[in-house]
Amino acid sequence: MALSLPAIMKTTAARLSALYLLLFALCAVLLVLYMTSLSARMLTAQTQETINDEVLGLARAYQRGGLPVLVRVVEARSRQPGANLYLIADANGQILTGNVQSLEPGVIETEGWTTEPFSYQRFGEGELDRLRSGATDQPAPQTGDSSNTPQSTGEKGHNAIALVLRLPNQMIMLVGRDLGEPERFRAVISRALTLALGMMGLGGILIWFFVGRAALKRIDSVSDASRRIMGGDLSGRLPVTGAGDEFDRLSENLNSMLARIAMLNEGLKQVSDNIAHDLKTPLTRLRNRAEATLAGRHKIEDYRQALEGTIAESDQLIKTFNAILMISRLEAGYSSEQTGPVDLAATVSDVVELYEPVAEEAGVALEATAPEALTINGNRELIGQALSNIVDNAIKYSTDAAEAPKVRVVLERLGNEIKLTVTDNGHGIPDDADRARATERFVRLEKSRSQPGSGLGLSLAKAIMTFHNGRLDLLPANPGLSVVMSFPLRETH
Amino acid sequence: MTAPQLSNEIAYNGSMKILIMEDDREAADYLQKAFAEAGHTAHVAGDGETGFALADAGDYDVMVVDRLMPRRDGLSVIAALRSRGNTTPVLILSALGEVDDRVTGLRAGGDDYLTKPYAFSELLARVEVLNRRASARESETVYRVGDLELDRLSHSVKRAGREITLQPREFRLLEYLMRHAGQVVTRTMLLENVWDYHFDPQTNVIDVHVSRLRGKIEKGFDKPILHTIRGAGYMLKGG
Repeated sequence: MALSLPAIMKTTAARLSALYLLLFALCAVLLVLYMTSLSARMLTAQTQETINDEVLGLARAYQRGGLPVLVRVVEARSRQPGANLYLIADANGQILTGNVQSLEPGVIETEGWTTEPFSYQRFGEGELDRLRSGATDQPAPQTGDSSNTPQSTGEKGHNAIALVLRLPNQMIMLVGRDLGEPERFRAVISRALTLALGMMGLGGILIWFFVGRAALKRIDSVSDASRRIMGGDLSGRLPVTGAGDEFDRLSENLNSMLARIAMLNEGLKQVSDNIAHDLKTPLTRLRNRAEATLAGRHKIEDYRQALEGTIAESDQLIKTFNAILMISRLEAGYSSEQTGPVDLAATVSDVVELYEPVAEEAGVALEATAPEALTINGNRELIGQALSNIVDNAIKYSTDAAEAPKVRVVLERLGNEIKLTVTDNGHGIPDDADRARATERFVRLEKSRSQPGSGLGLSLAKAIMTFHNGRLDLLPANPGLSVVMSFPLRETH
Repeated sequence: MTAPQLSNEIAYNGSMKILIMEDDREAADYLQKAFAEAGHTAHVAGDGETGFALADAGDYDVMVVDRLMPRRDGLSVIAALRSRGNTTPVLILSALGEVDDRVTGLRAGGDDYLTKPYAFSELLARVEVLNRRASARESETVYRVGDLELDRLSHSVKRAGREITLQPREFRLLEYLMRHAGQVVTRTMLLENVWDYHFDPQTNVIDVHVSRLRGKIEKGFDKPILHTIRGAGYMLKGG
């Protein structure tokens, strides 16, 4: 992928690289500057110490024999190779002896340490009289400013610092030391600094190229994959390199999110298919009935009957919608506010009492065994609704039993669970796969299609059990079916 | 089994003045019209503030209040009215409709709760029962409807002087029907008030209970007293 510079700078990797580079460069420059100034100061101090020693030696020579001895010593020292700078001049600045041929003007006018390095020339490097003319022309002690003197222009001098002393007879003595060494040091430092900055720049670019761009590429691949998935390919997954790094974890998490979305999507599709199928039938019936009633000539009573049928059909549709809504709410987590102690034994006797006349009318024996008062924390309404849905089903499907139809409701405590089992002795659901499917939304096993109902009763019961951290299991009862509601004993919701 | 016409039976109860607080214009118009057809006068308030002002000023028998309204939501209107000493019975309409919604609605001062979508017959039956002028029987110890008599203290039921033995639940069922004699009582109202459950039973459990009760109070007597109102529910009515 070819990127222009602005495009590169738009990437996080490049921006971060640039930022780090800038920060490190700044730090490096500051560090080098600090070290340079420290070292320079140390070198100057060392030079000054050397000069002080020199001056002390010369002072002793002067004390021993006065000026002649001093001059002799200075001359001797001046001739040594790599010697310091020596200069003795009279009160007018006329150089008497020493190894300095010319100086920046004004240097010897002030006593004490020169405040800044000055340039000079040794013998054989320039002319002597320049010193005088410079000194007389410019008496002001501006050691650094020599731009208008011919000596410093064109000719190359050396820099030095020096101590200027006035001897008792008004003569001037200068002892100095060449600064060649600190200058070289400075050059080394600045070369090092340039090199370091260069390396850093190169390093930054390399880091960006190998690390930043690698990260950028991974992010690009993630965003490419997301775009593909958004484009409709929900089966697509993000690449996982196996390195186990942050990007892999990100991809893995996004992948499991995609899997969940795909699952929900599948569920939604299935539900919409089922809704379409299960609601289309009653809606079509509703419409056809209205149409047929309008078409013919009828007595007023027929119209009334048709309208009442319409209302009954609509009510059934509303019930179905309410059930769908409730299941969605429960599956979405429902509010846990409305839970409290629920006496399951009381719920069993309530529901059995509610269904007893229906069972009797259908010729089904409805029995209940609830040996003890078992209380859990939950929602009484919901549990009652789940149990009545299950009992309702059991009564419906036990009517085709081979023997006398019977439905048993048993409440018991087994281990750390409370089990509420509803068993009928009808044909049951012999097929394992069918049994597993029976609690899915809108699933009405083929044999039950003829029975009234929305196909949501068991799904709702299952959603209610999930809400109570419990389970709903369908087990074969040979003959018949056992529907088991299992509540955890330490129910916390 | 006779099936008297719905509107005739409802007109029997006398006219009510109803306040509807509902922001959905179409729904409100429909309710107003339907209440008028049932012989009642209904006023409509399109938002919470207007509803509060009308309720505070007028003397209504029942209010039907939508939970979600502009400017002021239904629950806060009810709470404000209650704090001002207004005891007009309120039926809350809600599109939310879960158990806890019902509980919060009733806690806010509502007297009954109905979830959208609902059947108008259900709403009408509930509004009629809420009417405070009709619910004065709460304190009576003996209910009488025609020749049927129920003693709430001794738990005895007699018809034309003849003792009728009822199961405890049948007694409570009859007690509720007699308290609201002359009014339509729906199946869900019975399930709520006699069994204390608020869900829709899948089958006709309530019908079977009612027909059992009917067998006991009508068998051997010449006149039907417990009537089925088609598309709505039941009504106990003597004479």
